[in-house]
Amino acid sequence: MNSITIGRGHRKPGPRRGTGIRNGQVPPHPLMRAVKGVVLTLVCLAIILPFVGIVSTSVAPSDQVTQAGGFVFWPDSVDFSAYDTIFAGGVVTRALQVSVFVTVVGTALALTATALLAYALARPGMPGRSIALILVLLTLLFHPGMIPTYLAVKDFGLLDTVWAMIVPTMVSGFNVIVMRAFFMAIPAELTDAATIDGAGEWQIFRRIVLPLSKAILAVIGLFYAVGYWNSFFTALLYLRDSSLWPLQLILRTYVVNDTPLAQADLNVEVIPAQGSIQMAVLVISVVPIVLVYPFLQKHFAKGVLTGAVKG
Amino acid sequence: MAAVAPERTRLATAAGAPTRRRRRRNWTLAVFAMPGLAVVLAFHYYPLVGNVIAFKDYLPFVGIWDSPWVGWDNFGVIVDGDARFWNAVSNTLVITAVQTVFVFPLPIVLALLLNSLLSERLKRIVQSITYLPHFLSWVIIVAIFQTVFGGAGSISAFLRQHGYDGLNIIGNADAFIALITAQVMWKDTGWAAILFLAALSQIDTELYEASAVDGAGRWRQMWHVTLPGLRGIIVLLFILQLGSSLTVGFEQLILQQPAVGLRASEVLDTYVYNQGVVGGNWGEATAVGLVKGLIGVVLVLGANKIAHWLGEAGVYRR
Repeated sequence: MNSITIGRGHRKPGPRRGTGIRNGQVPPHPLMRAVKGVVLTLVCLAIILPFVGIVSTSVAPSDQVTQAGGFVFWPDSVDFSAYDTIFAGGVVTRALQVSVFVTVVGTALALTATALLAYALARPGMPGRSIALILVLLTLLFHPGMIPTYLAVKDFGLLDTVWAMIVPTMVSGFNVIVMRAFFMAIPAELTDAATIDGAGEWQIFRRIVLPLSKAILAVIGLFYAVGYWNSFFTALLYLRDSSLWPLQLILRTYVVNDTPLAQADLNVEVIPAQGSIQMAVLVISVVPIVLVYPFLQKHFAKGVLTGAVKG
Repeated sequence: MAAVAPERTRLATAAGAPTRRRRRRNWTLAVFAMPGLAVVLAFHYYPLVGNVIAFKDYLPFVGIWDSPWVGWDNFGVIVDGDARFWNAVSNTLVITAVQTVFVFPLPIVLALLLNSLLSERLKRIVQSITYLPHFLSWVIIVAIFQTVFGGAGSISAFLRQHGYDGLNIIGNADAFIALITAQVMWKDTGWAAILFLAALSQIDTELYEASAVDGAGRWRQMWHVTLPGLRGIIVLLFILQLGSSLTVGFEQLILQQPAVGLRASEVLDTYVYNQGVVGGNWGEATAVGLVKGLIGVVLVLGANKIAHWLGEAGVYRR
């Protein structure tokens, strides 16, 4: 078994579950290691470089952007006029407000409804519990389809309101099931003890179950938040009124479809290069994701696994 | 008897009057469940029943329930071989086939690569970078691809500066399938690798030791230990993939339709959207969506059955 430690003298031998290096795995050939290094570097660059270009273009001076045909990899100097322009109170500013509202309010409502439902399904004794559980489980198998869902949103009077982006996607059956599994794993002794002390369901939920479930609440809350921030389909489907458009629809119209932003849309006198504005809009829609990314990363692998095992 | 229902006994001692106490608790839970269940009923089961408009001539001002019945008329597009419909079907199947062949194995390769890395830190860094794109919306992904590959994009600009013709992959219907496949790879390979990595970490280290003792090299270890260890998860994900084979990225495609046209980019979901929401042919669009949904359910259940025959766990067990 000596072969394991060759060239890896600093590493303690021994079974290290889940770490990649294992007792018994033969070390790679140097040539293979070089090939792997090159492949992985290329993969990482393919993901990072576009972001570098986008940020660069958004802060590059107008004439450089125009000269380069709309996209630069490194700015000659840094110029935040594109950001000043989109924050000046025009369509982009309004869309940003809509997106923030939908994300914050949507996540709060979705997490509350999901946690309460999961709790009710996890505890014994709710009338009709098994029927409710089956109703939730079946949502994973049957999807009602786009048109009937659209007509439901219409029938409930949500078309062309900001709530159309929030309410229909508020409860994901998958999240309910994952959260229920988590709640059910909380030792019954804790909740029983609280019952004996005279606590009601609400107190058990608030004082015992929620504080023990911070990890799962964080994961599912982040998933809802990312979902709401990124939601494009619901906005496209349910909103005709462009004053309610979230950032994703603004991106679609002005970046993907390349419709130029006019002075009237932006509420400013002088417009920087369209390329810079487009990339600035792209940057502000990516930044929140990048900011929550470390938290997501910390929790999500676990969340995905729970889902895979229990879902 | 105490052994049969210990919980009841405990509750009785705790609460004194068990029946009344239990009932009150029950209704509190029902109130807890109410908002969530209301959303599920309103936006899942109400539209599920609303699929009846596949058999109706939907009149917007009359509503789902009072519109007149028309029998199977709306299914005519499927039966009669409507050209636009069959174009959508064939695009859907081609895209699914291409993505199953080219996209599905990629995360397995990435997971094996990452798993073979000796440096834990390097592995974490590469992982962090590769799953980032999963959390970006399709609008952002498409915008990024346009900026890089579009007519005014960076690669075109680079080529023109060096005296070549610029290229426009974005508006090119022939390159479209390659483009969307590349987008899916860019977005989800790192994410999909997580599950395979998790499965890899579950493989018993003794198997590697034993095979090394038996004289297996790295490749034989991979073939005889690593890949069999991944079998369960590969089958599981393949089933899920099969079940969703009629669903190919609605958002991704609808965003790019203006650039490439419907001929190359119309799939079943965009067909339903274009016919129904845009074109107002509510009944026909619902009929197509309904048939698609039913086939999807049959595919998942069928694939799961096959997995059971093969001795795998599949998505669920009975």
